[in-house]
This record gives sequence, structure tokens and C-alpha cells, in this order.
Amino acid sequence: MKKAKMHKDEAETLDELTLHELCRFCDADEAWVVQLIQHGVVEPRQASGSEYSFSHISVLRAKKARRLERDLGVNMPGIALALDLLEERDHLRRMLGRFGLAS
Amino acid sequence: MDYKDYYKALGVERTATQDEIKRAYRKLARKYHPDVNTEDGADAKFKEAGEAFAVLGDAEKRAAYDQLGAEPQGGGQGFRPPPDWDQRYHFSERPHGAGGPDDAAFSDFFENLFRSGSRAEGFTSRRQAAGQDQHARVVLDLEDAYHGTTRVLTMQSPEMDDAGRLVMKNRSVSVKIPKGVREGQHIRLKGKGSPGFGGGPAGDLFLEVSFAPHPTYRIDGRDIYVDLPVAPWEAALGGKISMPTPAGEVGVTVPKNARAGQKLRLKGRGLPGKRAGDLYAVLKIVNPPKINDKARALYEQMAQEMKFDPRKNMEG
Repeated sequence: MKKAKMHKDEAETLDELTLHELCRFCDADEAWVVQLIQHGVVEPRQASGSEYSFSHISVLRAKKARRLERDLGVNMPGIALALDLLEERDHLRRMLGRFGLAS
Repeated sequence: MDYKDYYKALGVERTATQDEIKRAYRKLARKYHPDVNTEDGADAKFKEAGEAFAVLGDAEKRAAYDQLGAEPQGGGQGFRPPPDWDQRYHFSERPHGAGGPDDAAFSDFFENLFRSGSRAEGFTSRRQAAGQDQHARVVLDLEDAYHGTTRVLTMQSPEMDDAGRLVMKNRSVSVKIPKGVREGQHIRLKGKGSPGFGGGPAGDLFLEVSFAPHPTYRIDGRDIYVDLPVAPWEAALGGKISMPTPAGEVGVTVPKNARAGQKLRLKGRGLPGKRAGDLYAVLKIVNPPKINDKARALYEQMAQEMKFDPRKNMEG
């Protein structure tokens, strides 16, 4: 019953992606991810000498970056600004929520 | 299929110039982009605008669309294009799913009129190709993160029919959501994306987790916030009370002289996981809605005996 077991295990939560996995996830090449890093959109963890790894927060930011670029034509500095402002907005919304004022 | 009024979707006149159409689309795309606008229905509006622009933004497709005429009288349901309509136009269209995350299918109206029959270039039934990865979002209830759950999703992907044409097919995917997932996290289902062509491997399916708003609890990362109503005397005297949490009833100790807005931390009672979150109960002091004669006498006694001016620090 190997198949049944595989079926059970197939959903996996992504805590961390490698550079290669992130490229596939975003349907992008490494140069694009390097740009994300250079603009501070994502912050990889890098154990000395080993490959970059990206937290689930970076994964989400990278995905949003890809969509903002594709759908709205935003360039890299614009993406970095938009994501920071969106994050600040969401933070403020959560604070409002804590005071029972969420819209 | 139902008729789609693409001019209405973009909020422009049928006589609009290509520039006006482009501007209208860009404005709507910014407003309703699912990464920008988190309101219900924004995603649908974004897709609607995208579909409308895919037709009206392209001079050839727009001309073909205009040939169909305005919405038929008596509503656009059961719409059929005029016979031979499609023979006058040939649209070259990239294969589906080649656009990265969330390249969702458009309406039946679009697929039938502007996409069907396009023989996918580069793909033939003899050639092997891997299926595309697919991205989708799954909206969970808070309780699902505590206990895990199973969801059945309907995904669409292109498949080759017998005539070697790309057609959109629905398939259901059953997903076991593990407990402890958090907002913004992704779940990967290997081999559950679009099927491959000619025996090629299927892509992966990635699900972004988000939570539906909860009437009682507010989620912040792995922590949970909840308003905890207490009576004025419970706040003043302190003591043990019982409160509901997503994981069941727990006992909480209210400190003496507790203030409204004071946060009580219940360690490890937030979202479960390797590092479980905390639950914060925010005290809310609530007065009895109606008081009887006995309560009134107690209040009068307090008014006389307690030297308390709540407005002492007010300026004015």
C-alpha cells in the first residue's frame, strides 16, 4: 500500500525554499531573484558556503513581486516600495483589529 | 455561454480610443489587484478587467468582438455567436498556464470565442512536455489551523483533445491541510498541478493559505487576539475565570486591579506548530445592561464611599 501512504504525505508546508525552488515557484530566473535581493524585497538566509534559502515570508513577497511586475508593470524599486507600504498597511489593519475597529 | 460586456467591465464607451481603454484597464488593475486589494470580490473584478482588456486592448480581437454586436436583447444568457463568425478571425494565442503564478482561465465566453481552436504552438500530441505548476489560494477557518482539515479544490488546466487541440478541463484535487498552517504560508502538492503532455510529468500545485475573518478571534502571525469581557468587580477583585479558545475552554487568572485593554498572555494557546503562538486576551470591562434596586443601592454606596474621579487627568 505504498501509494496510499504517498497520498497521505503529499501535502507539505513550505517553510523554506532554496534559490532553485524559488525560481521555479515564481517562474523566474536566478538573475531576477538576485534583483529581489539587491532591492531588499527578500532577505535570504545563507549558511556559510551553502546555498541561499528563503523563509515563507520571503516566498510570499517574491510571489507578490512577480505578480505586481507581470500584472501592473511595476519595476523593481516600485515593487520594493509597494510591498513595504502594503505590509505597513496590513500591520496597521491588524492593530485596528486588536481594538475592534477593523473594517 | 453568457455574453460578456467588456466595455462595461472597463467602464468605457464603445467608442473609446485604445488609449482610453488602456488607461481604464490600468486603473482597475491597480485598484483590484489581489495583492493590493484584500476585499471580497476584488480578485473577480481584477480577472474581469484582465479578460476585457485581453480583448479590447488588442485591435484585432476588439474588431471581432464589435462584430458580435452589443448584448442581445433579453439578456446575455445562452449567447451564440453568428455562424461563421470565427472563420473571419484567427487569433494566435500562447498556450495556457505559461504566465507564472495564477494564470487563471477566463470566462467560457472568452475561451470559446477568443481562444478555442488555437492549436498550441510547440505542443503536439506526439511531443512530451511537463505540465505547468499551478498556484491557487485556499481560505481556511481559524479552527482548521488547530485541527487540520481536508479541502477539495476544482482546478482547471489545458489538456490535449483527440484532435490535438488544447481544451480546458476541470479536475478535483483533494488536499489534506496539515494543522499549524499560518496566513501567507504555502502548501506544495507534488504532481498535482497541470497534467503533462504526451506522457510528460505533471506540475506541482502550490496553495497560499489565508484565513476567513473570524467573529471572535483576530489572527496576527501565529498569535491570536480575543476580547475578554469581564464585570467591573471581576476586574477590580481579580480571580480565576473560564474562557473559550479555539482549542477549547481554559481557565485564566485575572489580576487584581485589572484595567480595560490589559492583555493577558496565554502562552502556547495561539496557532499550533513547532513554535506554537500565544493567545492574548484583551480585557474589556462590561457593565450589567440593566440594574435592579439592590444593584442600584450598591452603586449608590460606592458613589458615596469611593473617592474616585475618572476625569481627574482631563484637561479643559
